[in-house]
Amino acid sequence: MIFDWRFALQILPELMRALLVTVQATLAGFAIALVLGMAWALLRRSKSVTFSRTVFWFVEFIRSTPLLVQVYFMFFALPEYGLKLSPLATGVAALGLHYSAYLSEVFRAGIEAVPRGQWEAARALNMSRYRTWTRVILPQAIPPVTPVLGNYLIAMFKDTPMLAAITVMELLQSAKLIGAQTFRYMEPLTLVGLLFLLVSLMSSFIIRRLENKFNTV
Amino acid sequence: MSSTLSLLPPLLAGLAVTLKITAGAAIVALVLSFAAGLARLSPRMWISFSALVYIDIFRGTSALVQLFWAYFALPLFGVRLDAMTVGILVLGLNIGAYGAEVTRGAIQSIPKGQWEAATALNFTASQAMRRIIMPQALVAMLPPFGNLLIELLKSTALVSLITLSELTFQGQVLRSATMRSAEILALTLILYFITAQLLVLFVRIAERRLTHNLDQGGIQ
Repeated sequence: MIFDWRFALQILPELMRALLVTVQATLAGFAIALVLGMAWALLRRSKSVTFSRTVFWFVEFIRSTPLLVQVYFMFFALPEYGLKLSPLATGVAALGLHYSAYLSEVFRAGIEAVPRGQWEAARALNMSRYRTWTRVILPQAIPPVTPVLGNYLIAMFKDTPMLAAITVMELLQSAKLIGAQTFRYMEPLTLVGLLFLLVSLMSSFIIRRLENKFNTV
Repeated sequence: MSSTLSLLPPLLAGLAVTLKITAGAAIVALVLSFAAGLARLSPRMWISFSALVYIDIFRGTSALVQLFWAYFALPLFGVRLDAMTVGILVLGLNIGAYGAEVTRGAIQSIPKGQWEAATALNFTASQAMRRIIMPQALVAMLPPFGNLLIELLKSTALVSLITLSELTFQGQVLRSATMRSAEILALTLILYFITAQLLVLFVRIAERRLTHNLDQGGIQ
């Protein structure tokens, strides 16, 4: 079987539309992951040992179980408890929750890298707890970890095909559909692979430049 | 409660398949990590470039897309593999690409003085690599390899989508038979979690063994 370029060109617009869904799902999921990840990182610093242990194991649980099964859980099990979301919303929520576990570790590392003296100085200046966090600690904790955050953004992008399992019309699902309609799997699947490669390589190029920028500072 | 327990046997049967795929793919990935990691450091351009192409292709695309491509598109080239072989090979290739970067980084992190000292002691290049560099680099490799092993275990869930009846697949079969989604999926997640924790423990023991042997060597 020979790769049919005309057919490939013909299905490209449809795949590009699906790529848009994929990118949207990635960005929305990442926004959730950022917020939740920061929440886990801050909650883990709670003074109550039991509470911070609980958060630790919760995050550990999310991180060491497969995203696909989490997606299934949210899609099939949560409706049993009356929480019913659309496939896309479910997928975005699952992606966000899963990656929040990774991001919380990144944020934790960033926060712990801020020198103790910064805390002491903030206290000496009579800053409130809230002000210390928002004006002193986080502005120093987050910029150094942005390249790592970027790498997780790419990793998340590469995990979006899992949403095909719950019928979200992202790249892989649309390739499968084209395959089922035309009995040609070679072109759609190859194109999907190439699109992923293109976006990932471009984004990691940008991240490498970000990394260099932070290293020189 | 007893009815929940009755769900366990089929899930455990799936877990056995999951472990088999994890073990098979881990071996493939380990071999590739060293092969491609060392190839990246080769002074011969074409060797290091081919390793780079392999690493970038497998790290740059989605594991699920790779599985689908190997299972649905590759047969059209006349290469027909069964689902188990595809699962083990593709996941091994995928994790191996990440592992190659770990291997390369660990070897590069060994100070240049170690090479120079080995040369001064009249070691050949391969002796220096085997006796001096590798034992130190292995210590640096183990923690990231442990993380990759967990990533591998998690990514075996994907092969359920190419019809392999591992843990996730068994869970889905049970689910459509009994419609007790919450119970079954929670149980599936817990089984993955326990397996992952056991693997973490296993890696930690290996780490202790490996660093223990190096204690007398004067490294940290």
